[in-house]
Amino acid sequence: MSGVFVVVEQREGRIARISWEAVAAGQKLGASLGLPVNAAVVGAQTESLATEIAARPLDKVFRVEHPLLARYTPDGFSLALHQLIQAESPACIVFPHTYQVRDYAPALAARLGQVLIGDVTAIGDGPVFTRQLLQGRLNGAYRPTGTGPCFVSVQAGAFRAEAPEAGASAAPATVTTFVPTLDSAQIRTSPSEPFRGSAQTVDLSSAQMIVCVGRGIKDAENLPLVQDLATSLGAEMAASRPICDNGWLPMERQVGSSGQTVSPKLYLGVGISGAIQHLVGMKGSQCVVAINKDPDAPIFEVADYGIVGDLFEVVPALTEAIKAARQ
Amino acid sequence: MKIIVAIKQVPDRDAQVHIDAAGKWIDESSLQYALNESDAYALEEALQLKEKHGGEVVVVSAGPERVGQTIREALAKGADRAIHIVCDDLGLRDALGVARLLAAAIKPENPDLLLTGLQSEDLGLGQTGVIVAELLGLPHATLILNVEKTETGLKVKRELEEGWFQTIELPTPAVLTIQSGGNKLRYATLMGIKRAKTKEVRQLTAASLGVDAAPVVVLEQVALPQKQKSTQILPGTAKEAAAALVEKLKFEVRVL
Repeated sequence: MSGVFVVVEQREGRIARISWEAVAAGQKLGASLGLPVNAAVVGAQTESLATEIAARPLDKVFRVEHPLLARYTPDGFSLALHQLIQAESPACIVFPHTYQVRDYAPALAARLGQVLIGDVTAIGDGPVFTRQLLQGRLNGAYRPTGTGPCFVSVQAGAFRAEAPEAGASAAPATVTTFVPTLDSAQIRTSPSEPFRGSAQTVDLSSAQMIVCVGRGIKDAENLPLVQDLATSLGAEMAASRPICDNGWLPMERQVGSSGQTVSPKLYLGVGISGAIQHLVGMKGSQCVVAINKDPDAPIFEVADYGIVGDLFEVVPALTEAIKAARQ
Repeated sequence: MKIIVAIKQVPDRDAQVHIDAAGKWIDESSLQYALNESDAYALEEALQLKEKHGGEVVVVSAGPERVGQTIREALAKGADRAIHIVCDDLGLRDALGVARLLAAAIKPENPDLLLTGLQSEDLGLGQTGVIVAELLGLPHATLILNVEKTETGLKVKRELEEGWFQTIELPTPAVLTIQSGGNKLRYATLMGIKRAKTKEVRQLTAASLGVDAAPVVVLEQVALPQKQKSTQILPGTAKEAAAALVEKLKFEVRVL
């Protein structure tokens, strides 16, 4: 076994914060297992990325490099990393929990008879991995019981990238190039360049106040209730994904992992349960207020103020009270 | 086009959640169940593809007897027939174990396309479709919002992070995991509900599929999450709570 491997993800030649968080998680895991921590970066031109990664306290950095890895495909990445794993026999492979990792890491793990423990929020002794269940209403403790390498992906924001533990030496990690054997016939999907959806005309990221509506509103007919509240505050109206999926509000007003990330002075969630995909888009808000009938809704875990009650009673009362206060 | 849709029955999202006595899962005795939302979108995509190109839509689901009700709902919406892998120990199987069950049931059907939701609302693993593709040796794409049939296979729209998308072309047979919101969901009609009663639901078991439960990853314990912030709950009637919140917004948050 040659230690813990962290697969660092690049997007257009840049390494996003979540990958550094995965490195931090890998270091935590390496420390608890007493194993060295290495990193791998996959692509067609990884030299400068590898240099950047090697400055972190790591043992080795592997450049998994091949012209067929220029664009991400699940086949290409699975084949390449499978070969690296066979060559290096890592004890653990840590990924950032990104859309890309979700697309190939489960297949890669299955190829080795293993199961990815995905979207991990904490690592305990054992190791035991915590991940969320039932849209964040419960935490589950998962333990790998197999004999093969364990596969883990870590949730954005769960590990602190700013303060990676100091490594054994201050010298940069050794950089090695690993060239997998790939044939273009093995790559069955053909992806286009990424493109933006419809032009964003609503910029929620700069809004000072946001009233965000969720499933609890039940019907599009009830939206004016929440719109009145937003108007009384002078706040932007936003929504969780199901509201936009139903076409009740345009997609550009969606807050969450697939929509916009917001950090207003005031975020007021109405009938929002607080699934993790939504929370990642709003937990940077300065003050979070939640109105929900379910006292166990995960939104209350991140709320500063909460009202547990029927939104159809609370929202009109609040709108009235705000109007009165503004007079 | 022969399309298989793998669906899951999950606890209704408004259900009150209580941890069971063993602390390993939730108490299921008084739970209401529903069709997993992104699986509903996968079913909708399949039904629309069938309407455009003809063929057959077969739903497959694993779980105890109660799953039969969710299967009937899918048949009422327009699926042609169903396969129910009856198993009471779904929770003891890991993602690979569940995928093995599904793959074993799907393989002899030789579908052109396998669709499933991108993740379940209960375990939220988001892996089943990808692993089934691996086990069946089929190409796959995830987080798909739109599926178009082409001369050589499929052209699909994949959601990326932060409002980005890409199109992917891939040959059939293939596996796609469907993101919610790509289509508008249909309701079952009265006629559909009537017809569903006569449609074929074939029952299989894990034993008949030759798949054992031995997991490599075990869910040892569940717990309520710890609060990240100390939430101040404002009590009283709607009016009282609203008045208290206005005070906070005025004097502490200072946005009024």
